[in-house]
Amino acid sequence: MIYTYALVAIAACVAIERFHNRRAKTTIVLVLAVFLAVAPRFYGNDAVFSVLADAAVYVMLALGLNIVVGFAGLLDLGYAAFFAIGAYTYGMLASPQFGLHLPFWVLLFLAAALAALFGALLGAPTLRLHGDYLAIVTLGFGEIVPQIFQNLTKYTGGPNGIAALDVPTFFGHSFGASVMPYYYIALFGIAAALWLSRNLRESRLGRAWMAIREDELAAKHAGIDILRSKLAAFAIGASFSGIGGVLFAAKLALVSPDLFGFQVSVLIVSMLVLGGMGNIVGVVVGSLLLTIVNSALLPQINSLVDATFHTTVDLSNLHFLIYGAILVGIMLFRPEGLLPNRERRAELHHAGEAAADA
Amino acid sequence: MHEFLAQLANGVELGAIYALIALGYTLVYGILELINFAHGDVYTFGSFVALGILVGLRAAGALHGAGLVLGITAALVAAILASALLNAGIERLAYRRLRKAPRLAPLITAIGVSFILENLIELWQGSAPVPFPNVIPNPQLQFGELEVGVQQIVVVALAIVTMVALHFFVQRSKLGKAMRAVAQDRDAASLVGINVDRTIAMTFLIAGALAGVAGFVGGVSFGSAWFLNGFGAGLRAFTAAVLGGIGNIAGAMLGGFLIGLLESFSTWLIGGQWSNVAVFSVLILVLVFRPSGLLGETLPEKV
Repeated sequence: MIYTYALVAIAACVAIERFHNRRAKTTIVLVLAVFLAVAPRFYGNDAVFSVLADAAVYVMLALGLNIVVGFAGLLDLGYAAFFAIGAYTYGMLASPQFGLHLPFWVLLFLAAALAALFGALLGAPTLRLHGDYLAIVTLGFGEIVPQIFQNLTKYTGGPNGIAALDVPTFFGHSFGASVMPYYYIALFGIAAALWLSRNLRESRLGRAWMAIREDELAAKHAGIDILRSKLAAFAIGASFSGIGGVLFAAKLALVSPDLFGFQVSVLIVSMLVLGGMGNIVGVVVGSLLLTIVNSALLPQINSLVDATFHTTVDLSNLHFLIYGAILVGIMLFRPEGLLPNRERRAELHHAGEAAADA
Repeated sequence: MHEFLAQLANGVELGAIYALIALGYTLVYGILELINFAHGDVYTFGSFVALGILVGLRAAGALHGAGLVLGITAALVAAILASALLNAGIERLAYRRLRKAPRLAPLITAIGVSFILENLIELWQGSAPVPFPNVIPNPQLQFGELEVGVQQIVVVALAIVTMVALHFFVQRSKLGKAMRAVAQDRDAASLVGINVDRTIAMTFLIAGALAGVAGFVGGVSFGSAWFLNGFGAGLRAFTAAVLGGIGNIAGAMLGGFLIGLLESFSTWLIGGQWSNVAVFSVLILVLVFRPSGLLGETLPEKV
């Protein structure tokens, strides 16, 4: 069942990439949106939509990171930190922890703002750094944030985190135990993220990002305000992650520091690399594929193996091996990702041929 | 005072291990401008190879008298060889194809290799720390207020001997000169007849060998080996390399000792749970305010 939804979504994405006709693309997007909104009434169960809601959160995260890594070319290895900031915003302000019970909808925006603020705070001093150095500094930041949440036990519940978070309400109606509201909110979030990503890419700012990605020195001399553009990328990218964090925490009704480690950052980078950095549709496909493998395919294979060989092996650790293999395999054999945008593919292959000529 | 000196000794011991790992980062970065993210896991691998040999020899009852010295030497040599070959293998299989790729591609690949290694080591050795055989006798020696274990002295001495040997190797030997030439200008080096591919491969071999030494002394010093050890130790060592000035051999050693001291004193003064925060804050501060490190030189941006 879950594969039906995933396959429909992926097929639609591939079709969007293949068609060049604007009207055809719009039609596919609309049909897909109606399908994803209506089909749950007839087909599927809570378990399926729980996985799909998680997948949708990851798609949002990947779209946010895509702005930083894909558009602006800044490798951020600590993106999970902003996810943590979003999740803890909900955890601390909508739980018995401080007796504060701010509404979910307010916190969505507050978390986006806070994550953006931290993105800018981290960005301001570090964005002068280039490539690898920036990657390592963001990695350091990504290690520090969960550690701080873990150590400030008085405020954050320490290693155990905060449990029994509020169940969100919608005009007085509680979400209850159903996962459907999260599914729909996340779908809406993806739609907004897609719309924003696309418009940003075509905007003046988006062109500045791409100029910086291709050649920072040239961009600077063409009059682009490098620092401001980079800060904007960091802040906007982080805000997606903040919203994702609130959704994630509210659905799980729990936050704890070990949910936001380096593995999460690498997972999201893997989604980008798999789908094709910089290409919005490719990123969606990459994140869908990886989430489905993680939360549906691997557990199924695991139970199949156990049933066949009467074992109780734990394949859940394998997904880190899978991320690693994806990163290495894609970089070596298809650096533009599964579904790249045309410019990037042309560029990489042109570069390859030029290197072969030399 | 007593506690201060004990922490000082601890910091120097930790620092010796970090310095050895940091040298591997610095050598590779110097020649390829690549952060070999998998380097920490090469260190872990070395640790487990040494551990395996020692456990095997102990089970065979060979670790007595002269056999003890031989066994320790065998474990050290095996760790060096295994780590060196692994590191060179990674370069050959994963990094060599990417020399002309966009800059982020090799780093992303290196992270992938690191994840693969960590998980293979976990499949091989399990997810819990494995105790490292306690083979080096460890009587405590008293120097005034300072009390140090024989193990600590062995660890630091081994690290320092290795570093001195590396220094002379890079400064004096033909291969060392070739390494410096390739680091400075790859094309010019190949024009004067240096085999660039071989030189880079040798650099990875040497960096891996240093990680092997670190793996052995780290196992002795921490008393255990764990599949994720390389992640934390690697990041600290990388911080050390950056602090000293990446690409600079003396800088990596200095940075290693400074980070070791920072870790032991921050653990003592503000608690072990903050040591990560302390180390990474230093990394961020150094990169922001003095990106060329303590001993590094500032290079103009290449166009």
